[in-house]
Amino acid sequence: MISINKLSFARGDNKIFNNISLTIQPHKITAIMGPSGTGKTTLLKLISGQLKPDSGSIMINEQNVHQLSRKNLYALRQKMGMLFQSGALLTDMSVYDNIAFPIREHTALPESMIRTLVLMKLNAVGLRGAKDLMPSELSGGMARRVAMARALALDPEMIMYDEPFTGQDPISLGVLVKLIATLNQTLQLTSIIVSHDVQETAAIADYIYLLSAGKIAGQGTPEELYSSDSAWVQQFMQGKPDGPVPFHYPAQDYQNDLLAH
Amino acid sequence: MKFFHSIGQISLQSLAKLGRSTLFLSAIINSLGYPLLRPKLLIRQIYSVGVLSFWLVAISGLFVGMVLGLQGVYTLSTFGAESSLGIMVAASLVRELGPVVSALLFAGRAGSALTAEIGLMKTTEQLSGMEMMAIDPLKYIIAPRFLAGFISLPLLAALFSAIGIWGGYIAGVELLNVDVGAYWSQMQSAIDFYDDIVNGIIKSIIFAWIITWIALFEGYDATPTSAGISRATTKTVVNSAFAILLFDFLLTALMFGTS
Repeated sequence: MISINKLSFARGDNKIFNNISLTIQPHKITAIMGPSGTGKTTLLKLISGQLKPDSGSIMINEQNVHQLSRKNLYALRQKMGMLFQSGALLTDMSVYDNIAFPIREHTALPESMIRTLVLMKLNAVGLRGAKDLMPSELSGGMARRVAMARALALDPEMIMYDEPFTGQDPISLGVLVKLIATLNQTLQLTSIIVSHDVQETAAIADYIYLLSAGKIAGQGTPEELYSSDSAWVQQFMQGKPDGPVPFHYPAQDYQNDLLAH
Repeated sequence: MKFFHSIGQISLQSLAKLGRSTLFLSAIINSLGYPLLRPKLLIRQIYSVGVLSFWLVAISGLFVGMVLGLQGVYTLSTFGAESSLGIMVAASLVRELGPVVSALLFAGRAGSALTAEIGLMKTTEQLSGMEMMAIDPLKYIIAPRFLAGFISLPLLAALFSAIGIWGGYIAGVELLNVDVGAYWSQMQSAIDFYDDIVNGIIKSIIFAWIITWIALFEGYDATPTSAGISRATTKTVVNSAFAILLFDFLLTALMFGTS
């Protein structure tokens, strides 16, 4: 279980999180959602120990992530997989070598065994046939699936997805949604999805946290959020252009502005 | 008031950057054992920063040597001392031009490439991706490049000097008829192995240290945008050039100032 307690984090004067607490249940898909710029990716970086909070704590399996030594943090990260928004594939390695890379670095398995493991991971994401391609030869959707296979290379207990659906065509999107749900169920992973794609994420999430202005603006199962009384939650879940989050950036009176000169 | 505020801000930012870069250097030094245990990583980087810089350094060395040969003959002939051409060419190259010009070329060719590569890896989250795979990018990416620069530049500087001396021979002896025996024998008798050649090698080792440190740090510290990488690459070349010339002066003063 991952528990985030009274977490605060700021970049300069900009408070990204202000005393937020949330819990991520094991073997479930938990979604962190919210408008762009609310710090969703920052939260993943805090959970994985890439950033340190100003105050509060993040506990994973009873371990405070930010009090671990570098060695122990790396040991913990071997149990975590992360799918970056860009895929973050190593561009000078083939698809095969990208997935074999963490296995080669962290195990002493013979190359024949590594080959079997890599082919199994690639088969799980439907890209066994693309093993010899270079990252530059992959489409956006394929790159994300390869990154997913790499995130699974060391059989992690948990996996974090950073905006997995952004910029995908409808077919790739459908494939990714199905893959995330299937992998979570089959491998009994703890999954965290950071996204602002409401429909796709809500379709597979067990629980959703909505972030806004450094606070948790809403939480619950997708059904609870769709039927929430909160105008903000409704605006976000329904994708309405105007509401508590105004369409217009604050400005002076429109008529006065037009007639100013 | 605003002026003093700006000076204070720039000073603080510079000090903070110096601190970050020093911590970065100490982390690299702690990681240097890793590429020695993984020679494949090191050899690939020596090829990338060293072997691929060879032709640039070799051709530049040849022309610099030829120019030294031509200028040397014209100047020395005024005093009837053409026979000292070999000393002039060799001393200029092994003491100064070899280490300095090869370092400047290395900063432009390999230093800028290192910064752009590391900066791009940062921008495309490849370094974060490694961190998340529990693989330390300082060990896997940075340390082999640092060591490769450290090994390559002194060798390139030695090649620059050797080819330059040959260039001086072509211009002075083959084209302007300086006596071949005088060219080589005067060089042989006047150039001291420790005072001239070893000091030149020490200079190029120090320049290699400075250039790879600046190049790798600028890439690692770059703002992860295309403009950020462009700025970092420019800073690598400019700062390396300043640092090379400053340290060349300091080292020359130390090595040859009292002799």
